[in-house]
Formats: sequence, structure tokens, C-alpha cells
Amino acid sequence: MTETEVEEIERPLEADWSCRVNGSPMGDMPADLYIPPDALEVFLESFEGPLDLLLYLIRRQNLDILAIPIAEITRQYMAYIEVMQALRLELAGEYLVMAALLAEIKSRMLLPRPAGSAEDDEEDPRLALIRQLQEYERFKAAAERIDDIPRLERDVFHAHASRDALAAPPAPAPALDDLIEALVGVLRRASLSAHHQISAEALSVRERMARILETLEHEEFVDFVSLLVVSEGRPGVVVAFLAVLELSKGGLLEWGQSEAFSPIQVRRRMAAVIDS
Amino acid sequence: MKDVEPATVEPRTEELELVLEAILFAASEPVPIKDLLAACSTVESGGPEREELDAALERLAAHYLHRSIELVRSAGGYRFRVRPRFSAQVQAAQPERPPRLSRALLETLAIIAYRQPVTRAEIEDIRGVAVSTQIMRTLTEREWVHVVGHKEVPGRPGLYATTRTFLDDLGLGRLDELPPLDDLRELVDLPSETADAALPLPSRSLEGGEEPPPES
Repeated sequence: MTETEVEEIERPLEADWSCRVNGSPMGDMPADLYIPPDALEVFLESFEGPLDLLLYLIRRQNLDILAIPIAEITRQYMAYIEVMQALRLELAGEYLVMAALLAEIKSRMLLPRPAGSAEDDEEDPRLALIRQLQEYERFKAAAERIDDIPRLERDVFHAHASRDALAAPPAPAPALDDLIEALVGVLRRASLSAHHQISAEALSVRERMARILETLEHEEFVDFVSLLVVSEGRPGVVVAFLAVLELSKGGLLEWGQSEAFSPIQVRRRMAAVIDS
Repeated sequence: MKDVEPATVEPRTEELELVLEAILFAASEPVPIKDLLAACSTVESGGPEREELDAALERLAAHYLHRSIELVRSAGGYRFRVRPRFSAQVQAAQPERPPRLSRALLETLAIIAYRQPVTRAEIEDIRGVAVSTQIMRTLTEREWVHVVGHKEVPGRPGLYATTRTFLDDLGLGRLDELPPLDDLRELVDLPSETADAALPLPSRSLEGGEEPPPES
């Protein structure tokens, strides 16, 4: 899949390129020759480094890596480098290092060998480069094959059921109805235990808010119902309930319920959360 | 467990299949066989033996024979997936196209896969260019490669290796299921270029470039 895509990209450009290049060195192309600059840049940028460019030059001529004509390949390589520089492409340093290496190999091969030392003490200067090219080509091919392997989320899709229903849901904040129901329950009990009239001491919601916060000082969940002190009778419970609602509105409380119908829990919200 | 009569096994094996189906569908990653064994230990009448589990998985897979979903096994364990022939349609229904992996990334990944554990410098030697930090980060974030140790050379560079997620994502059971690397051809006889190169060359062959590249 990828291979064909790559070829689609390269083929027209390659044809384009070779008809421009064939024959004349790219360094001194006729000034009036039109090159779609974007296309050329994309093409040149598509090389993954000097080895890749060399491999391309070798392949383009159906040459065997083991038999690369260093002189010719060097000439072509340099021409590409010049074009890249002319186009002011950001040229990675590695390209220049390779150019120097090629020039060195070429020059070493041009040096006549002393007739006496026919023994191949000295390694063919091309050897190291050829090995490197071969090695790179292996991995380049391997990379293409890896890309062809069906891959998760591109070619392969997992089938799985939503786990939302299975995972323990975060403790839901109780609905107002639930709070009221709890209040009703407490009030009912309060009415049962209110066996004497309390002389109406003015109960301040504010004051109760402070007291509740004190109770919740330790930031541990407590039973919501426990905040409503039944012995204070109906007005006391109502004030406490209002105080809790006020605190909740102010974002000072955190609600929780471990499961449906279990006691509604409440705690002081952590300071950090308030700040944010 | 083993001495249960086949007749009484029936309901339980069915239950086992159902439990396995539920676990595998609920899992977001492949489930290793040992996890399946552990999870099934609560099945009525005791946990299954390994063979029982394998048989149940096989029957479960058979159930899906005519569906678009199939049960597969990869490095990490068992998972359900969409049959490949529906991939195109599933793909089309996805809101985003999966990004193509760059050649640089794939080459780096290939080197790590075949040469692990390998240092960055070794990757760079093979590719002939610097390995970008971005590529290593992408590979690490995808959980395809990770640092498995440090080479005991100056600087103690990290040694990279591929992960089980990498195998899972490619549907491979083991690393050696990767396509084999091309063989290196032996450099027996390096064709001599010296024949023409050592001689004083006519200048045109160096600069003219009119003629086809020299045959060697």
C-alpha cells in the first residue's frame, strides 16, 4: 500500500528529473529551464539522508550496489547537492560528509598503486561505503515491509464492548430529591423525638455553616444525615440543612455515595480544589 | 475437576465461553491466558484447567466464524478484532485517518526491531543521518519502543528495544514473526573500477557525463 503510494509520488518526478538531467550536469542547468520549485523541493526533501540519496542514484540506473561506479555516482551525488544548495534547502551536515567521503574514495582510487605492493594490504576504499549502503538498504526494505504489516487502527480494528457500564462509576452527586428525602426522614424522626418545646433560640445558618465545617475538618466522608442533629428539633434540622446547602453552593463540600440507596456522604472539599 | 462427567460439563463450558467472551470484549488490550485463567476461577464449580480454557476459546472463536468479528491471539494474549476484510469500511467510518508513518520513523523502528537492544548512535550509523528526538519520542509515546538498559560505554547511552505493544499492534506473536531481513550478499569479488580509474582518465568522464555510467 505504502509502496505504491511512494511510487506514485516518485515516478512522475523521477521521469521529470531524468529528462532534465540526462546529459547535462545539474549544477549548470540552463537558466531558463523551468523546474516547478515546490515539486523539486518535495522530491529532494524526501531523501532520508545521504545513503538514501546514493541508493536512489544507484537504483535509478539499475546498478548493483556491489559494483557502484564511484566516479560516476560521485558526480551525480555532487550535482544533487549543488541543486539542493541552490534551492537553499536546509542541507543536513551528513550530506556534506558523504560528499567528502565520496571525493576521498574517488581520489584514492585515482591514485595509481605502486606496482610492487600488489598485495591487497589496503582495503578497497569502496568497501566500507558499499557495506554501509547494503546495510542501510536492508533496513530500508525492512521498514517498508513493517509498514505493510497490517497495523492496529490503520488496517486492524479491535472489537470491544464499552466498559463504561462495567467500571465502578465515580460516586454520583446525589440529586436534590435525595437530599430532601433524607431531610424528610430526619424531620420525621426529629418530630418523634421532640418531646419538649425548645424556646426558640435564634439559629443562625451562618453559624451552623461554620460548625459543620469544623465537624468536617478532617476531610473524611461523614454521613450527611449525621450533620442534621435530630435532638435540635425541626428548626435545628432545617437550619443545619440550609447550612449544608449553602456550603455546597459555595463549593465547599464534596458529595459521595458509594452505591445507590447507600447513605449519602459528604466531606469538606480539599483546599487545592477550591483554589483552582 | 477433571473427573466431572462430560454430561455435567455442558452447562459449565457454555458458561465459561460466555465469561471469556465478556472479559475479552470488555478488555481494551489483549488478555494474557493467565489473566483469563485467574478471572475464570470464579466460574461456578471451580476454575477451569488450562486445556478447558483453550477448548472454550476455540469454541468461542468458532461461534464467530460467520460474523465480522474474530478472536485472535497475539503476543499479549487474546482479543477480539474486526475481520480484516471489513477494515476499509471501518476505516471510512473513523473520524480521523490514521497518520502515515514517515519513512524516517519506520526505518528507525525497523533497526530497533531487528537490532535490539540498540543505541541511538548505532541507529544513526546504519541510517547515515541523525535520529531526530521527535521520532524517538513518537515511538516511545506509541509504546512501540522503550529503553531496556544502558550500554556500558562513556555516556551510558540508552539501549532501545521494541515492546509487546509493538507486536500486538502489528498482530505478531513473537519478534521472529517479523519478515526476515534481506541477506547480505558477500563481497567476494569487488569488481574493479581501478581499471579505468587508476589510469589517467580522460577529463570528460569526470565532468562531461555524456556517456552512460561506466560498466563495471
